[in-house]
Amino acid sequence: MTLKPFLEVKNLNVAFPTEDGLVQASNEISFTVARGETLAVVGESGSGKSVTSLAVMGLHDRKRTQISGQAILNLDSGPVDVISADDEVVRKLRGKAMSMIFQDPMSALHPYYSIGNQLIEAWSLYNEGDKAAGKKRAIEMLDLVGIPDAAKRVDEFPHQFSGGMRQRVMIAMALINNPSLLIADEPTTALDVTVQSQILQLIRDMQKEFNMALILITHDLGVVAEVADRVNVMYAGKIVESGGAEDIYYRPDHPYTIGLLHSIPKIGELESKRLVAIPGQPPSLINLPRGCSFRARCAFSDRVSGNLCATTAPTLDTKTNEHFSRCHLPEAELLKARKEIGGN
Amino acid sequence: MLKYLARRLSATFLVITLVSMSVFGIFAVLPMDPAALTCGKACSAPVIEANRHRLGLDVPVQVQYGRFVKGLFVGRDFGEGAAAFHCPAPAFGYSFNRHECVTTLIAEAFPVTLSLAIGAFVLWLSVGVSLGILAARRKNQWQDRAATAFVLVGTSLPTFISGILILLFVALKFNLINPIEMGRWVSPLEDPVAWFRTFIFPWIVLALLYAATYTRFTRSNVIETSMEDYIRTARAKGLNERDILRKHTLRAALAPIITLAGLDFAGLLGGAIITEGIFNLPGLGRLSIRAVLRDYDLPTILATTILAAVFVVVANLLVDILYAYIDPRVRVAS
Repeated sequence: MTLKPFLEVKNLNVAFPTEDGLVQASNEISFTVARGETLAVVGESGSGKSVTSLAVMGLHDRKRTQISGQAILNLDSGPVDVISADDEVVRKLRGKAMSMIFQDPMSALHPYYSIGNQLIEAWSLYNEGDKAAGKKRAIEMLDLVGIPDAAKRVDEFPHQFSGGMRQRVMIAMALINNPSLLIADEPTTALDVTVQSQILQLIRDMQKEFNMALILITHDLGVVAEVADRVNVMYAGKIVESGGAEDIYYRPDHPYTIGLLHSIPKIGELESKRLVAIPGQPPSLINLPRGCSFRARCAFSDRVSGNLCATTAPTLDTKTNEHFSRCHLPEAELLKARKEIGGN
Repeated sequence: MLKYLARRLSATFLVITLVSMSVFGIFAVLPMDPAALTCGKACSAPVIEANRHRLGLDVPVQVQYGRFVKGLFVGRDFGEGAAAFHCPAPAFGYSFNRHECVTTLIAEAFPVTLSLAIGAFVLWLSVGVSLGILAARRKNQWQDRAATAFVLVGTSLPTFISGILILLFVALKFNLINPIEMGRWVSPLEDPVAWFRTFIFPWIVLALLYAATYTRFTRSNVIETSMEDYIRTARAKGLNERDILRKHTLRAALAPIITLAGLDFAGLLGGAIITEGIFNLPGLGRLSIRAVLRDYDLPTILATTILAAVFVVVANLLVDILYAYIDPRVRVAS
């Protein structure tokens, strides 16, 4: 018997109407995450990483968003599509079935309420019991996420905590009701480098502890290599490549992924070189060009026969079960490209 | 917290001392002779000098200030012999034009101004804040536009226009105010209905002006706060929208209003000159303006000025203490 993945996103589209036109923030997004699995979502700013996960959480601005597709949570009580479900139904899944932590822990906690107060509030939404019981649970959680002297610090306020400690508090708050899915939206981006790895380690430990499905949104490929089972590479609102972490690192199929990997500086390189960048800018999400969105920046589009890249948007190539990409480049050319750019 | 309180209290005391000194100093150098004003045109130099002595104005200004301060604590005697009279503590001086101790004048006027300020305060705060919240929640819908129109009218109509309009076209036209009894002071303890009828229109006039400002301020604060990351966090927890607004958004959005409200209220306690004038209310504003424009009554002006300053300084202190109670970041910084 194969377990159903906890979250199944199917053909999700999110768009915002603006004065300048419809912003296609995420397009044809499909992926799954199972309990215990870590899915990393990488891509540059504006590629649709956060929009997708906010839509899954139902935290997008419903009045201003056009949304279609499905995001199915396979709960013990049966599947629920959070996109079509009632607001109130989705609200009751937030914090309980699925939780989210955010990029900037400095501003994500309410400055006027004590840490304990905010944790107890989250706890009491889904638990019967008085404040004392909630506080006991809050201290337990703070202890678990590595806040020293939790019993004392529970009464302190956010401004008395450092950035790393606040992110620990956020994690404690997100996990206080044992969610099955945790979405971490760039959880380490705003933190000091030394703290980053601690928080990442903590998230991994917590994932094991709670057997959660984890979606880790990041633009740090180092983070991805460390923790991810699977990786979705996003570009201009679409998943351009999806695969196991090893596949993505050692056998990238999409020129964008190849470019991204190549732009990471390598420690220990003997001669000092300028960092390699992918030329150009990502396209505007309003009126996306016909054909492949990455075409203008792609080093290999001239190797595709005909004018295919300009006329036809590549579909997710699903020949193999585990590793897909949206690219017209033929296999032979791809192998050459990998060699030319990446050197592996 | 105690240390903070002690420090703030002593600072407040210092400010009040400095304010009273500078007001005193200003009046000492004014090109106006209070002694000469005590008698009419037929005054002779000896009478003026005698009055100067009776008023205690024949000694250097620092001695006068010393007597003034002493008078505040133990009361003060003016004149000698058969013409002597006593103002009990706290004595602010003696008004020759009104033949009263200034403290008595203030004690008569203050309840009027206090009634005016409290009623208007309650009215503008409740209307302004709730309208602001409504406008923020229904941003860009008709409720928001209506609130914006109200703000525009409220802020652009000066009280001497809105006051007269309301007096003429509402209060008098529909016989809601008796023009003969208008402005007669009635204690709310004796006759609450008459008290209410005396003050309801002045309240509306003042509240119209202030409520507009508060609507705008509340609206922008609520909108700004609802875009904060911690509001998204509250939503991610699974809180419902009502609790998010009540517990999270408003808590942060309304805190700055305390500062604004405290200072506005204190400013009003010093006297609402125009509104009191239009509605014939015998409050501190009328007392000051009469002392300034008609009587050149320096002791009274001195007293009302110092009093107004004291209100503002004390309100500042209270607001800061209250704020420290509300915002934990202030608490620790202190």
